[in-house]
Amino acid sequence: MKIKFIQSAVLASALVFSGAASAGTLEDVQSRGTLICGVSGGLPGFSAPDDAGKMQGVDADVCYAVAAAVLGDSSKVQFVPLTAKERFTALASGEVDVLSRNTTHTLTRDATLGINFTYYNFIDGQGFMVKKSLGVKSAKDLDGARICVQAGTTTELNMADYFRQHGMKFTPKGYDTSPQTREGFEGGACDALTSDKSQLAAIRSELKDPSSAVILPETISKEPLGPVVRQGDDVWFNTVKWVLYAMINAEELGVSSSNIGSKSSSDDPNVKRLLGNEGEMCKGISANLSNDCFMQAVKQVGNFGESYERHVGENTPIGLKREGSVNALWSKGGVIYAPPLR
Amino acid sequence: MVKKPSQHHANIPLHRNPRVRAVVFQVVAISLLLWFLSIIAGNTVSNMAERGITVGLNFMGQVAPFEIGYTPFWDYELGVSKYWEVLVVGIQNTIFVSIFGVFAATLLGFIIGILRLSPNWLVRKMASAYVETFRNIPLPLWIFFWYVAVFLPILPPPRDSFILGAGFFLNKEGLYTPKPLIENSVTASIFFILLLALVVGLFYLRRWAKKRQDATGEIFPFASTALAALLIIPVVLFYALGSPLHLEYAEMGKFIMTGGINLNFSFFVLWFALTVYTAAYIGENVRAGILAVSRGQSEAAHSLGVRHTPTLRLVVIPQAMRVIIPPTISQFLNLTKNSSLAVIVAYEDIVNVFAGVALNNTGQALPIIAITVLLYGTLSLGTSAILNWYNKRVQLTER
Repeated sequence: MKIKFIQSAVLASALVFSGAASAGTLEDVQSRGTLICGVSGGLPGFSAPDDAGKMQGVDADVCYAVAAAVLGDSSKVQFVPLTAKERFTALASGEVDVLSRNTTHTLTRDATLGINFTYYNFIDGQGFMVKKSLGVKSAKDLDGARICVQAGTTTELNMADYFRQHGMKFTPKGYDTSPQTREGFEGGACDALTSDKSQLAAIRSELKDPSSAVILPETISKEPLGPVVRQGDDVWFNTVKWVLYAMINAEELGVSSSNIGSKSSSDDPNVKRLLGNEGEMCKGISANLSNDCFMQAVKQVGNFGESYERHVGENTPIGLKREGSVNALWSKGGVIYAPPLR
Repeated sequence: MVKKPSQHHANIPLHRNPRVRAVVFQVVAISLLLWFLSIIAGNTVSNMAERGITVGLNFMGQVAPFEIGYTPFWDYELGVSKYWEVLVVGIQNTIFVSIFGVFAATLLGFIIGILRLSPNWLVRKMASAYVETFRNIPLPLWIFFWYVAVFLPILPPPRDSFILGAGFFLNKEGLYTPKPLIENSVTASIFFILLLALVVGLFYLRRWAKKRQDATGEIFPFASTALAALLIIPVVLFYALGSPLHLEYAEMGKFIMTGGINLNFSFFVLWFALTVYTAAYIGENVRAGILAVSRGQSEAAHSLGVRHTPTLRLVVIPQAMRVIIPPTISQFLNLTKNSSLAVIVAYEDIVNVFAGVALNNTGQALPIIAITVLLYGTLSLGTSAILNWYNKRVQLTER
């Protein structure tokens, strides 16, 4: 879109104009009093406004948790919806403090975009959704198909790799946003839609007739999604990373938003460190953080599992069962693993 | 007694001397500009260094890791083609839709503009309604509307294409036409040479007809003759030479049709939306131009016995062109720039594939945006240059 183009141009010029020697992001956020968080804004389960207009989802929860830890108040977040194409420029130019927009960690992004991936808040894999009427049973039957995709994503690249690897041809239809991609698929501009499987479930649930589409069994890629910060600000990098780790540690330790009050008298040194009652954990990251920063995050937002079940778990429209999936804790057969908080 | 100028200047103080002041102000202005530019440059470099981003054009030589759907003028191959080819494809697709859009919008705009002044009440009001509808709703909404609400639902999926006959098919992938392939290169070249001769012949016929009309006043029906010749002669030639070309028809593959020439659906919707939108503005320019021609001109023509249509064509429009062209140039430029909304219909123009996808995959925001800006600048200045040249030709020459 032209508007998007103008935005990119503005963002590019922000790279030109933004102050060269800025203070750390943590200090900037604290003096501003709000955290500016880049999200998708249109992806149920990850970040989408609810009926009351409040941003909801596992990506949004990262923003709330960081705000709770840094500012003491999870509501002090300003959300900036970004398209896949705009997001890295927006982050690198300082338009947003954190990018929490179902973003896949890859080498090229790490190495060339001037950004750092903290950790993962959802581990996904790419799949295909097709119209049931086509009678396609496997992604390998898609030779020659037209495929709707969000332009500028790793999804687009994985799809290209997959078809090349299997000697198949395809016609991509690249759109800007997830809703536009869905409209294209629903209107018949393409035979299949490709995205991360969690998103396919969300998109399918939004079709006029969800039963008219099926999700194919193949998972063609690894998509570790997580919050991203600018390169060159280690304090901020550690802050965001450890807020996420703390949410995972809280789940491991059985500390949740509902029982955190009673846990304050716990004798377990691990819990004491998490709550800021022993040692200098938050203070160790930066003297500007209050030592109960992790406690605030867990108390106001919840632990990793709470956030998952609230937004993408079995009892949500997205309906992704956590037990036995890669998104379960390492101790329960998944790969979600946080370093020890000490 | 007249004072010498030098003596006069010697009397006023330096700060009030207009020549000194002019020079000083210009030096100050340029210094400020240079200072500003150097701050920007320095700031950019240090921001980049801080974030570990290296800027350069090296990425242009790397293989682009993504596929492009519609590349009618370039042999783009996934896994082989480089980023510079992405740029080329983007430029081609932008120019392609802009050129078609400019011609169609001009044609439609003229019709609308003339209808706006029609003596018929209903026609006039309908033309006004057209202009107001399209001018007052933002273009992105129109593009999305035409795509999602009109053309996608109307057209059938490739399996159930509308069969238009003679190897033409219409479906959600666009229009498919037969593709001529050369059967016999000798007779084919004779065929093309004769076609060229026909066009040259028609050109001379027109000159002859004009000369004769100037000399005798007799009108030769050139337009209808040329049309008939262009429709009939190639067909006769084609069969006389034993069909030097054969046609490849589009066939249904598993998902889409293969073979033939495909006029892409995304291209069509974008072209359509740009055309009907810009035509509303061009129509207003045409109306203004026609109204600017004094009534006396058409009254004089009428009193000489010239009828309504020739009066419009031969007397009013040529004079109106002087008023119409300058504002219409900016509409052409607007159309070209508005084609950057292509991503709404998944059309692969330069902003979509280069300033969008390529930027996202390389992170080279500065060079890519700079190239894109330069490109639009070049396109716009080029269009202006051509039309200004034409404008000079049609302007009143005073002798």
